[in-house]
Amino acid sequence: MGQHGMDPSAPLTGKPSKKTQRKLRNEMRTQLISFVLMIFLTSMAFISIASDAIPTGFAMPFILLLAVIQVILQLYVFMHLNERGNGWPNAMIWTGVLVAIPTVASLMLLLGIVKW
Amino acid sequence: MSNAKAQSKSVLWDWLTTVDHKKIGIMYLVAGAFFFALGGLEAILMRIQLMFPEFSFVPAQTFNELLTMHGTTMIFLAAMPLLFGFMNYIVPLQIGARDVAFPFLNALGFWLFLFGGILLNVSWFVGGAPDAGWTAYVPLSSESPGTGVDYYVLGLQVSGAGTLIGGINFLVTIINMRAPGMSMMRMPLFTWSTFVASMLILFAFPALTIGLLLLMLERIFGATYFAVDFGGNVIIWQHLFWIFGHPEVYILILPAFGIFSEILSAFSKKRLFGYSAMVFATLIIGFLGFMVWAHHMFTVGMGPVANSIFAVATMAIAVPTGIKIFNWLLTLWGGRIQFTTANLFALAFIPSFTMGGVTGVMLATSAANYQFHDTYFVVAHFHYVIIGGVVLGLFAGAYYWWPRIFGYKLDETLGKWFFWLFLIGFHLTFFVQHFLGLIGMPRRVASYLGGQGLDTMNFISTIGAFLMGIAFIIFVVSIFTSMKNKVTDADPWGNGRTLEWTMPIPTPEYNFAQTPLVRDVDALWYEKYEGDGKMKAAEPLGDIHMPNGSILPFIMSLGLFISSFGFIYYHEGFLWLAILGLVINFGAMFVRSIKEDHGYHIPKEEVIKGGK
Ligand code: HEM
Ligand SMILES: [Cu+2]
Repeated sequence: MGQHGMDPSAPLTGKPSKKTQRKLRNEMRTQLISFVLMIFLTSMAFISIASDAIPTGFAMPFILLLAVIQVILQLYVFMHLNERGNGWPNAMIWTGVLVAIPTVASLMLLLGIVKW
Repeated sequence: MSNAKAQSKSVLWDWLTTVDHKKIGIMYLVAGAFFFALGGLEAILMRIQLMFPEFSFVPAQTFNELLTMHGTTMIFLAAMPLLFGFMNYIVPLQIGARDVAFPFLNALGFWLFLFGGILLNVSWFVGGAPDAGWTAYVPLSSESPGTGVDYYVLGLQVSGAGTLIGGINFLVTIINMRAPGMSMMRMPLFTWSTFVASMLILFAFPALTIGLLLLMLERIFGATYFAVDFGGNVIIWQHLFWIFGHPEVYILILPAFGIFSEILSAFSKKRLFGYSAMVFATLIIGFLGFMVWAHHMFTVGMGPVANSIFAVATMAIAVPTGIKIFNWLLTLWGGRIQFTTANLFALAFIPSFTMGGVTGVMLATSAANYQFHDTYFVVAHFHYVIIGGVVLGLFAGAYYWWPRIFGYKLDETLGKWFFWLFLIGFHLTFFVQHFLGLIGMPRRVASYLGGQGLDTMNFISTIGAFLMGIAFIIFVVSIFTSMKNKVTDADPWGNGRTLEWTMPIPTPEYNFAQTPLVRDVDALWYEKYEGDGKMKAAEPLGDIHMPNGSILPFIMSLGLFISSFGFIYYHEGFLWLAILGLVINFGAMFVRSIKEDHGYHIPKEEVIKGGK
């Protein structure tokens, strides 16, 4: 290490500044709201399949939509993808999505409907 | 001193445990060259069988095995590892890094590839090699008797894991380890193409992994994904294979494009023409490469709309490819061109590869494809792009970077003999195959009837193959006879433009005594013109932190190797062997996770001494 000095894994000491405290409070609020939302979305998904009142034709796309929302919340809120310095992970993930969507979509069309 | 300790260990142990990107690069090159020679031998045997009509040099079953192993070996065990060898050695140097981001994973990637390759070839000695083609279409592969295809499935699975690990490692290295001043748009083209090829690996290999997994479940555990009588669908395999397979051909060609960009610019003493256009063309090719896979399946019966869409998408790739071709020509234009062997290979690439591109567009014409498909025309096409592109690139790169990697220059006279014999042999072998295909000779046949106009061209083709074989032997000989041409100068060609020509030869194990400061594209060339010819340092001289070697990557790969045998002979009651192998693998992973390893430091004094 030598000239690089401090150990990055050493525990922090002292009180956070006013600004940091406010940031932490806001952060906590977003986390809690997202957490509640996640539980709500999961139970919606569960109910839409478990109850006989909702037709399968609707339930399938509905839970897929919920899943997409959950993935995005998961990545951006819980895994902090929206914070600065995450440009590359964002770019790579969205490139992957950009490649995967047309691939999977056309694959489903090609396999599902025999002649086009 | 841990450094001195490392040196006192035996040479073999040193190579088995190394995590140095340069040594791993050399191991990729050596193993890749071995498999290249093996695949070449298989090709020669096939060409002898096809030299005369109804010849009986090898039986048809053996021919099918040679055919399958030739394709599989050349793509997975020769071309890709050889490219990985150059990437490993050169990319960290080009971006001013001391190693890759994950040295341990790098070693793991290599050993997985090697054990996968060995596994595949063990099949020759135990009941026959795989015989369903490198594409392993079901139901031919799922119904193929014996264990050959099982070796294919597990061998590729193991080596594919290594490739995926290697690709991820390059991505992280290029994103995170660039020297100060080396922005993305200052990276040399070889590094750029490595980056894009690694992205293709990241997104394409999972499709192969899934395909192989399904095939393994089908063959060994009685699943029915592809069994039509149980409601399965054979076309799924073709889609999965080509969703991987087409990006795969670009994983091969893009790094070769990168090599040519470096060499053409160095040996015409000019900056690469249209640098940013080259970068964007590479990115666009990478993206479009995922949107065209079904051009391998025009005759499957997808229907005219699907065929047309994929035909147009495929032809679109010719546009960025054309941009690159013109940029290379304009790089040469007005340059002070030196006809070194490396540059000869690069110059020969341009027309040869263009011919392959033209037949590619012909094949992409979906209506005409019904005529071309599964004939020697396709064989001619992909050999023009793969030999005329990838293999010429590998030889060009070998001649160009040899002094950097091995500390001596390859003999130029023998090099020119090698080049001309190889080039003539290559065109002799494959040019006539266009016409063999057009007059109806199907590909993948073990023999043909005489008197149908096929005899002469097949004979010519075989002669060409012999020439390529002789040329390669000359190359191997020149490797040994050139050893006396030692070089010590950091920039042995005298016109190096990029960072890999800034450190002494042999390359110190820490690469850069001080991380360089990059001030332009072609960082070294800029300093030669605007500075004093030496890179500015971005940090003071100090102790250098190095990772420790480890035997664990070897053990992990060995575990998967052993485990694969357990799966292949599952029905003979070898499940325990599969479990044992996995225990070894996970045990090594566990040890790796709990054992702390902080590496060691090379003291400043030694760095100063090494720089002398
Ligand atoms: C302009 C660019 C290209 C076009 C338009 C193109 C088009 C095609 C098409 C349509 C086929 C299918 C032929 C058939 O089976 O009927 C094909 C096969 C093939 N191409 Fe290309 N290609 C291009 C470039 C490349 C490159 C750069 C490579 C490799 C470096 C490559 C490697 C292959 C291989 C290996 C096959 C045969 C696969 C097999 O069936 O075993 N192609 N190409
Ligand atoms: Cu293709």
